Amino acid sequence: MGVVRTYLDRMARRYAALPRPARLALIVLLVIFFYVLPLLRPPIITTEQIDFGGVMFGVAATALVAVGLNIVIGYAGLLDLGYIGFYLVGAYTTGVLTAYHFAWPFFLVLPLAVVVTMATGVLLGWPTLRVRGDYLAIVTLGFGEIIRLIVTNVGWLGAAAGIKDIPHPPNIGPAPKPPFDQGGLFSIPSLQWDGIIPSIDQGRDTRFLIFGALSAVPYYWLILTFLILILFADRLVKDSRVGRAWEATREDEDAAELMGVPTFRFKLLAFALGAAIGGLSGSLYASSQGGYINPQSFPLLLSILFVAAVIVGGAGSRWGAIVGGTLVAYLPERFREFADFRLLVFGLALMILPVYRPQGLLPPRRTIRARVAAKEIDQLEGRDDAQTEVL
Amino acid sequence: MDFSFLFTNIVELTITGLAIGAVYSLVALGYTMVYGVLQLINFAHSEVFMYGTFAVAWVFVFLHGTVPVTQSLGSTIGLLVVALLAAMALSAAIALVIERVAYRPLLKRGAPRLMALISAIGASFALSELMGLRDRVVGWVGLRDNLDNYVSKARDTYSNPVTIQPDTVFHVGSYGVKNVDIMVIVAALLMMIALDQFVRRTRFGRGMRAVAQDPDSAALMGVNASRIVRGTFVLGGMMAGAAATLYMVKIGSTRQDSGFILGVKAFTAAVLGGIGNLRGALVGGLILGVAENYGAGIFGTQWKDVVSFVLLILILLVRPSGLLGESLGKARA
Amino acid sequence: MAERARVLEVDDVTLRFGGLTALDSVSLHIDEGEILGMIGPNGAGKTTAFNVITGVYQPTSGAVRFEGQPLAGLKKHAITRRGIARTFQNIRLFNSMTALENVLVGADAHHSSGVLSALFRTSKHRREEDDGHERGMELLEFMGLTSRADELAANLSYGDQRRLEIARAMATGPKLLCLDEPAAGFNPQEKVQLMELIKRVRDRGYTVLLIEHDMRLVMGVTDRIVVLEFGKKIAEGTPAEIRDDPAVIAAYLGVDEDAS
Repeated sequence: MGVVRTYLDRMARRYAALPRPARLALIVLLVIFFYVLPLLRPPIITTEQIDFGGVMFGVAATALVAVGLNIVIGYAGLLDLGYIGFYLVGAYTTGVLTAYHFAWPFFLVLPLAVVVTMATGVLLGWPTLRVRGDYLAIVTLGFGEIIRLIVTNVGWLGAAAGIKDIPHPPNIGPAPKPPFDQGGLFSIPSLQWDGIIPSIDQGRDTRFLIFGALSAVPYYWLILTFLILILFADRLVKDSRVGRAWEATREDEDAAELMGVPTFRFKLLAFALGAAIGGLSGSLYASSQGGYINPQSFPLLLSILFVAAVIVGGAGSRWGAIVGGTLVAYLPERFREFADFRLLVFGLALMILPVYRPQGLLPPRRTIRARVAAKEIDQLEGRDDAQTEVL
Repeated sequence: MDFSFLFTNIVELTITGLAIGAVYSLVALGYTMVYGVLQLINFAHSEVFMYGTFAVAWVFVFLHGTVPVTQSLGSTIGLLVVALLAAMALSAAIALVIERVAYRPLLKRGAPRLMALISAIGASFALSELMGLRDRVVGWVGLRDNLDNYVSKARDTYSNPVTIQPDTVFHVGSYGVKNVDIMVIVAALLMMIALDQFVRRTRFGRGMRAVAQDPDSAALMGVNASRIVRGTFVLGGMMAGAAATLYMVKIGSTRQDSGFILGVKAFTAAVLGGIGNLRGALVGGLILGVAENYGAGIFGTQWKDVVSFVLLILILLVRPSGLLGESLGKARA
Repeated sequence: MAERARVLEVDDVTLRFGGLTALDSVSLHIDEGEILGMIGPNGAGKTTAFNVITGVYQPTSGAVRFEGQPLAGLKKHAITRRGIARTFQNIRLFNSMTALENVLVGADAHHSSGVLSALFRTSKHRREEDDGHERGMELLEFMGLTSRADELAANLSYGDQRRLEIARAMATGPKLLCLDEPAAGFNPQEKVQLMELIKRVRDRGYTVLLIEHDMRLVMGVTDRIVVLEFGKKIAEGTPAEIRDDPAVIAAYLGVDEDAS
């Protein structure tokens, strides 16, 4: 664990020291790598028992949720245990508008779902954000549960049976004509590995760009694209008056208020933006390969898992949120053979991690610097002590 | 909405609401005490309760066998006392383990509060799963066959073989009040009075209040803070064990995930009354139990939990620090 | 001397917490460009008066007027934007942010760019960022903190933290700057330096309200002094007048040994 820690720190620092073009190139390479990852199907990483493209979709969806929740928990310091509620609202808005009661097109409904979720965030935040600190945790938990109970019990929203046959995103290129024509513009093959020798796997094509039942990869590409866009947006907003106001509010709400920060408004903003991202992820989830949602897909436990993702990654760090989200969604799928022991191991991991990595896996960069400085001070003080002893 | 149902059944709804509310209160005490002393939400406290419920069922299986019977409360009371002691002991032990494994290493390192929450969440998952996998666990040590009655079908509902038949003791209007409900409410109140007196009058209680108010000065005044913290977890565990016994009297069965929702309710009760405040936990639990029952009566059972959370939010909007206010230390220093 | 504009008027303010009267019919005023000292023994109500002025507490009765306008009912952040800024007796910087960022938060008080401006990097966003940065660096230089700009507030030395708090308050562009025991914890030499700094702050056009425990320091730097005791104003005047005021000597100097 200690090795991993120093390694991660060193990587982060080395990256920060690179010149700008090099950093850009590195990021582009990384982005490309992630786009083709489900086609590369590298050994060890690939989940053999369950469709790897589908797993990667789930990973990206969770990472997106974690990035949104990071705004609420990491930036603004609001412990939201009911974030699943926003995920649910996004999914159900999409389900209702594209399938259950209406048949509106996907790319109209997607922004609508985001807007509806954002409005829900404002509506829930308005009364609850006046409540302080830990109380917020239980109030948001309550809201998450209320929203779930509402969709469970209201027939207009599908009740316990949920919503079926939610349409997929529109295809690019000619539509598939079963059984032989798979549609799309062209076909992209996958790799298969014999040990470390790759070869083309003819049986596993992905048509560009058909959102169908054959390949989950296009869904993954879509959500990955949104994830990247949101990451850019997150960066722009964090590095502005808004981001500073959030951080100041998190650090000392009263002092921030007295320095002219309308703290309530900014907390509400964080809540609304976080909600919007959760809604986006939920909407994409609803129209994903399965096309089916029901209340059991949104248990409170999942909400807790989201919080764990953010904090495990390092609250306040967008890359940390991605890492946390990835781990939380990926590890259980990878280790399906230990399915029965997954949660037990996960629980134990959550207990062990804080001891070795109290700031999370990838804490915000400035926290890293602060810690280094603190260590230096310790060392200096240690040296002073030693001298006194000698004297 | 059905108000006539509420009015015709108001006595029954009140009494049974008080009974389940009393269970909430006892569990809420654990949240409130730990919060008072450490300012942390002990997310794993729900599992402390859950282990207690299993202790009760195990005692009954051990002393009575697995053949299901229905008995009156009177002829079960002896077994219940044994079960209560066992549940309190196991719950206290689990609470102590949580303190030792999930909290102490973190607090010693001065980790951020959020991380302590994560650690507690982890402990909660691990404990709950451990119970759900208990058949495997005992299998590893070769006791699977010997303990079959206790561990088989680990993920299913596990029932107390003895079903307690409630008897009517007296009538209020047309409703016959059941001895089981009376016993639950009275027992819970007695436990809480005992705890309240303990915290008010003993040296340990004074230490607890001192640590709640200001850990640093308490340490300077010679209070052994880590002993106090441990004791607080044990006390909370004992209360949860008592709650588990009463819960099993009322409900009769449990599962490895029974703790979660009850824990959320109990924490809601603690916040409702004012977290960190022992009497607040009592008031919050009772109000929550009754309100839930009334809500279920008016809107239907499926809306029960919605009613309790809406109530919590409304009360926090009017009284941001709960009905009786916060603070374990200040309230009666 | 010509009559100067009243920046702040505290008019017969009483503040009660339950049964406790923290401020009892206190009236005072601050004129533009002056340094007003507020002194009194511990627990005299200095910080409370301060909190009423900056909007942390609403007075039970009486009124606070800033540039002729009542402050009643205004939110705290709105009061800051009106032109009252403060520092804290126990330092309350934003510890996870750098020195410059702390000052930027202050400068943001008069900015209005939000999420959309930030997302699209509008000209308004850039103008405000540049403006804040320029003003922030200028203030850090004034406080002698230029080299510490990128340091986390938590890692600054105690004295630097005190100065950074003043810089952050100045960045909000206040008319009236309220300093709550800014010299607390300083050694005598640092205290003298700080008082010089406060004079230079005033010379930049700020009006200053200074709470201080150490009487001699206040004498040297202030134009006028208000003395509080047990929530009441017991004297008001120039430093010379206060020094000779028998009520002050009895109530204050008699109690506080290290001030004599």
